[in-house]
Amino acid sequence: LPLVKASNSLSLSLQAKMSRPVQARRLEGIDKNIWVEFVKLAATYSTVNLGQGFPDFPPPDFLKEAFVRALSGENHMLHQYTRAFGHPPLVKILAQFFGKLLGRDLDPMTNVMVTVGAYQALFCCFQAFVDDGDEVIIIEPFFDCYEPMVKMAGGMPVFVPLRPKAPKDGKLMSSADWQLDPAELASKFSDRTKAIVLNSPNNPLGKVFSRGELEVIADLCVKYDVLCISDEVYEWLVYDGKEHIRIASLQGMWDRTVIIGSAGKTFSATGWKVGWTVGPNRLLQHLCTVHQNSVYHCATAAQEAVAQGFQRELKLYGKPESYFVQLPKELQQKRDWLVQSLDAVGMKPIIPEGTYFLVADISKFKSDVPDVPDSDEPYDSRFAKWMVKNKGLAAIPLSAFYCGAHKNNYNHFIRFCFAKEEATLKAANDILQKWKWEKTNP
Amino acid sequence: VEFTKVAADPSIVNLGQGLPDISPPSYVKEELAKVAAVDRLNQYTRGFGHPSLVKALSQVYERVCGRKIDPLTDILVTVGAYGSLFSTIQALIEEGDEVIIIEPFYDCYEPMVKMAGAKPVFIPLRNKNDGNSASSADWVLDPAELANKFNSKTKAIILNTPHNPIGKVFTREELQVIADLCIKHDTLCISDEVYEWLVYKGNKHVKIATLPGMWERTITIGSAGKTYSVTGWKLGWSIGPQNLIKHLQVVHQNTLYTCPTPLQEALAQAFGIDYKRMDDPDCYFYSLSRELESKRDRMAQLLQEAGLKPVIPDGGYFMIVDVSTLNVDLSDVDEKQPYDYKFVKWMITSKKLSAIPLSAFCGPETKRQFEKYIRFCFIKKDSTLDAAEVILKNWNKQTA
Repeated sequence: LPLVKASNSLSLSLQAKMSRPVQARRLEGIDKNIWVEFVKLAATYSTVNLGQGFPDFPPPDFLKEAFVRALSGENHMLHQYTRAFGHPPLVKILAQFFGKLLGRDLDPMTNVMVTVGAYQALFCCFQAFVDDGDEVIIIEPFFDCYEPMVKMAGGMPVFVPLRPKAPKDGKLMSSADWQLDPAELASKFSDRTKAIVLNSPNNPLGKVFSRGELEVIADLCVKYDVLCISDEVYEWLVYDGKEHIRIASLQGMWDRTVIIGSAGKTFSATGWKVGWTVGPNRLLQHLCTVHQNSVYHCATAAQEAVAQGFQRELKLYGKPESYFVQLPKELQQKRDWLVQSLDAVGMKPIIPEGTYFLVADISKFKSDVPDVPDSDEPYDSRFAKWMVKNKGLAAIPLSAFYCGAHKNNYNHFIRFCFAKEEATLKAANDILQKWKWEKTNP
Repeated sequence: VEFTKVAADPSIVNLGQGLPDISPPSYVKEELAKVAAVDRLNQYTRGFGHPSLVKALSQVYERVCGRKIDPLTDILVTVGAYGSLFSTIQALIEEGDEVIIIEPFYDCYEPMVKMAGAKPVFIPLRNKNDGNSASSADWVLDPAELANKFNSKTKAIILNTPHNPIGKVFTREELQVIADLCIKHDTLCISDEVYEWLVYKGNKHVKIATLPGMWERTITIGSAGKTYSVTGWKLGWSIGPQNLIKHLQVVHQNTLYTCPTPLQEALAQAFGIDYKRMDDPDCYFYSLSRELESKRDRMAQLLQEAGLKPVIPDGGYFMIVDVSTLNVDLSDVDEKQPYDYKFVKWMITSKKLSAIPLSAFCGPETKRQFEKYIRFCFIKKDSTLDAAEVILKNWNKQTA
């Protein structure tokens, strides 16, 4: 009998492989991801990594200390589940802090939900609000995940570009020179439009939308009864005395906006993956539904530490010792440093008003990477790959932030991240200087 | 969500929600504290899983499964096992599919299957001793009934062993029945094995993925929270063949992209420590289950002395209890609610002891079958069990 059993299971095992298509159709067209490829390239070849957006300096001491306290304190229950929609101390301080910024009374239990990074907050928004056939307006260039997330939810992304205006004579372009055409924007709205994604300060350009620009968007949202998913992760990184204006504070917008924030960007701790959403309960309750059916709880200890970080910042709000004052000050200097480095060698930087990214025009370096007429790959992508392999300098092609159809529209720009130690930026400068020297002395 | 709120009251002895109130092992806490001081570990790591963690997982599971597991292609690290269930279902299940769910079931399976647009098909574990159940092993699937649930639309079956809430540890023979059907109907198996290390004397945890023909069609899910008593770390993993895991990775890169770095590094270190002593009885994988076995036995005794009928679990850290023997009359309370819901609410208010009603773990057809049972969690420190003992010893005095 055992012998019969053995041969039975052998013949069964020959049929072992899944013979039918196994993956769900919602994965169609969203399997490619630029970061998987470029992170690998940077890891393999780069000596100076200005590619992926994360600081190479540590989070502030007060935050690290808060984390260690949370982990090694008497209360070992910080290693167990906390409240699913957000650790109570964290949602309380976020409600207080953002209530103050928005001039509103916020309920920590219904107006705030904590997520696994701003990335998961975006996911919850698209899953909660976007149905089959809904259109979602995305402003190009955009943080690349918006498009696949809209598609995964069954929605249809509708793109509208920021268009560069020529800068004043002899001056470098600013991210402020990239603007929406109001008529073009209005033409994208229809009764199928469910939401618009706003990212200000904008990754990759660093644009900080002005009040006037936000009002144009707000008016259209109100007119067409459209939701606004407002990705404000770089809200503290604004330079030259500019103001980050929250679209939710504009007339008619609180009730239709979800604001997304990130501890990773706020406190230079991207690896903690703590994010949040702020908005009216009528919208947030649906985010909670998605959240409780996808991850349910977020890790406790990091939430506790972030709560303490915010408590400190609330006390120091507006004061010179506030991290939210010091960090942009430091980053502005780094921005200026990198702008100078790039300009000196002939790469034309677009001066960002915010974020820790800047985009530079590499047209003067095109001779190093000859055009390949029939190539599927956008020019800037080939350029960036060549640059990391041959110069050890990692950056991200701007085409990564455009939809497939538009990838060749602005294909001679690359994005640099300048949230880096002085030594890193100096090393980048050395590579650029050497490169320029080699071009002028072949 | 509903029951966590009710039992948040500190005057209530909480044996409801499945979270330990015992401390994680000290080396686990220490590793995390050490990691917090390393600057680069506060920034993004590899999306599909921190390199040192996927390496450690592949080592441990290669040993357990007796097969090569590629850390980069055969493993995905997720936000808890919950996140693995979500990624698996979103990746592989869609409208038109049917997914078999064994009742009682961990409650998220049903809404996750529905969210993916598919139809849950339920099959209950049945008490083979018809009313008198002393052990989780008494609860079995009827093979003919199970076979009837499979058809051409069946995309997957969700298996949970050791089982929450009953604590059943499926035997090799029982798994073979399921495996044969999966192979015959060319379906997937989503195997939730979060309690894999918590098996008590006389029982062995068998991985269905190790049965012939099953590796290619199985996603096996594990949990750091349950392995190391750190539910608040929310780290889990899916292990399977590259051609399935790659789809989970696509979901992951479009949902949260990467899991927290410091937690993953600390977990990798903890796994490193225990991997080295997998031949040693002091390995936490074995020592935790020994610790829990005595808590299980103590809990069972207390419940029996109070006149309740516990179903002794072969694994996991939950125990279900038949409360019908107490004959508590709740007929004047809201008719529409199942008995166990009413009983738990009554028990919380009048006895200051909380548990979870078993009908929370059932599909609509089966709720009546399980409404005389409630679930207790026994991964609790001695003082919690002492407090429960006081309540249970005084129980009959008050009701008499």
